[in-house]
Amino acid sequence: MDYLKAFIVGGLICVTGQILIDKTQLTSARILVLFVVVGCIFGGRLGWYDRLIDFAGAGASVPLPGFGNTLAKGVKAEVDSRGFAGALTGGLKSASGGITAAIVFAFLSALIFNPKEK
Amino acid sequence: MGKREILKSDKEYDRLVKEASPNSPLFKNCLRAFVSGGFIRCIGQLLMNIFSSYGIVAESRNMLVSVILIGLASFLTGLGWYSKIGKFCGAGSIVPITGFSNSVTAPAIEFKKEGFILGLGAKIFTVAGPVILYGALTSIVVGIIYYFVR
Amino acid sequence: MAEKTGLYSVKFKNLVNIKAVSSVVGTKEGEGPLKDCFDILVNDNLYGEKTWEKAEARFVKKSITEVIKKASLKDREIDYILAGDLQNQAAASCYGIKTFERPFFGLYGACSTFGESLSLGAALIDGCWGQNIVCEASSHFCAAEKQFRFPLEFGNQRPQTSTWTVTGAGAAVLSKAESPVVITGITTEKIVDLGITDANNMGAAMAPAAADIILNHFKDFGSQPEDYDKIFTGDLGSVGRELLIKLLKEKGYDISQNHLDCGMLIYDGKKQDTHAGGSGCACSAAVFSMIFKKLLESKYKKILFIPTGALMSPTSVMQGENIMGICHLLRIERRA
Repeated sequence: MDYLKAFIVGGLICVTGQILIDKTQLTSARILVLFVVVGCIFGGRLGWYDRLIDFAGAGASVPLPGFGNTLAKGVKAEVDSRGFAGALTGGLKSASGGITAAIVFAFLSALIFNPKEK
Repeated sequence: MGKREILKSDKEYDRLVKEASPNSPLFKNCLRAFVSGGFIRCIGQLLMNIFSSYGIVAESRNMLVSVILIGLASFLTGLGWYSKIGKFCGAGSIVPITGFSNSVTAPAIEFKKEGFILGLGAKIFTVAGPVILYGALTSIVVGIIYYFVR
Repeated sequence: MAEKTGLYSVKFKNLVNIKAVSSVVGTKEGEGPLKDCFDILVNDNLYGEKTWEKAEARFVKKSITEVIKKASLKDREIDYILAGDLQNQAAASCYGIKTFERPFFGLYGACSTFGESLSLGAALIDGCWGQNIVCEASSHFCAAEKQFRFPLEFGNQRPQTSTWTVTGAGAAVLSKAESPVVITGITTEKIVDLGITDANNMGAAMAPAAADIILNHFKDFGSQPEDYDKIFTGDLGSVGRELLIKLLKEKGYDISQNHLDCGMLIYDGKKQDTHAGGSGCACSAAVFSMIFKKLLESKYKKILFIPTGALMSPTSVMQGENIMGICHLLRIERRA
């Protein structure tokens, strides 16, 4: 059941992205930005996105809105523990794992591999 | 002269162009995005279930799953497979965290030839940079609002 | 001497001879329908070099070496080299022609560069600037994607209207010495802008320029579509071709019977998944080998060769500017 929910919710989020790509000529870079921002707003607002994660597990946490949600959750936790300054530090602190992993793996891949034609 | 000789206005030409340009096969693309996107989530869910059976707490569990998917996508990008997957899956492989990883690794590999500092180093965030910037900005706004309304 | 005719054209009274033509292409082009027309097929798009940019320079060098050989000339007998490509500062051309040590004019006309090169080469021959002039143009899929779009490994989908940049180079020797195929006139287009901003629909950006140059040519030379065996455009692709035919129909000309587009000839769109067709400077430059061969064999008597270009600057497009079209038309005939 977990898998079915993850599949359907995850798939639907991707379909939204696909419709945006094909219908609006937005480049994929813009879609990535849009999804993270939307995830962050929904995450900040009463924890809507968390409820989706409770429902769909990885279906909602793996796509980029989940990344945005991580930012929102992080910033709220920091505001709770450190007050106003937490608004500045919380977001990237919570996302630091993902970002660091992405750039470290990217660096390693660039060391190993050469550009390839399509 | 010139322009008027060919057509009356940009708008009129725009209409002609729309007529002549084939659309992307939306239904097929959406179906592919749905299935592939769903499939990637299932891998995520599988990893999550494995980790929870080892008793790892939710927070670090999410993180571990993300890191593994990011590493995998980066490796596939290096092999030149992710662009092929991306061609088939469309948004299905762009929207998951693996797409973020791909967008960091792709320029890193491509611009390696221009050197490690101003090539790889500077270009690594060409696509991901805006994502992090606007993500961070939004999180600050969310944080400030939360501070006042919690 | 040349004689200006109409607003856009020049007629050559002393005919400009095309002595030899060469083409060197990459893997995908070598698997396409025209593979037997190219001189050299390179089965490695890096061409033994470390970067795409260097590989393109090697394509340039090879195509010029080959064309000089085919014209039975020595490097020293070449009076000028006119060349261009899509890289910033026309780098591929500069690096590629370095070792020939001949006077050089670097050109930029986007994908119409080969037409620009032949037009100016013809003018130099006509103006007695020399005996033999090499005209060349090149492009490289990977170098172009990297410069104009996303990194190659980035997993995005190409829209149906997009075209595939040809990897390769084409060259021609124009000469005073009499030979069977000659350039008898040129028409040079102005910049045409009909408000296209989609960087993935180059055919639409170029079609109005192609339509306009054909109209201007017919007017300047007093000719009709039927006067030509074939009308070849450079790299409009299927979308651009459809628009060109429509635009000209509105003006009362039907070229659908004798029009061919080099971009639609070079790949098998269905099998090779190139979407709207081929593009890039090398598209018309490489396909010119096929056209030249048919002219030599007298299969064509009189043709129009119209390399088309979309003047796309990534910076300007990001700033919201339109993508403009440019064209260079050459009237080429087989001597009777």
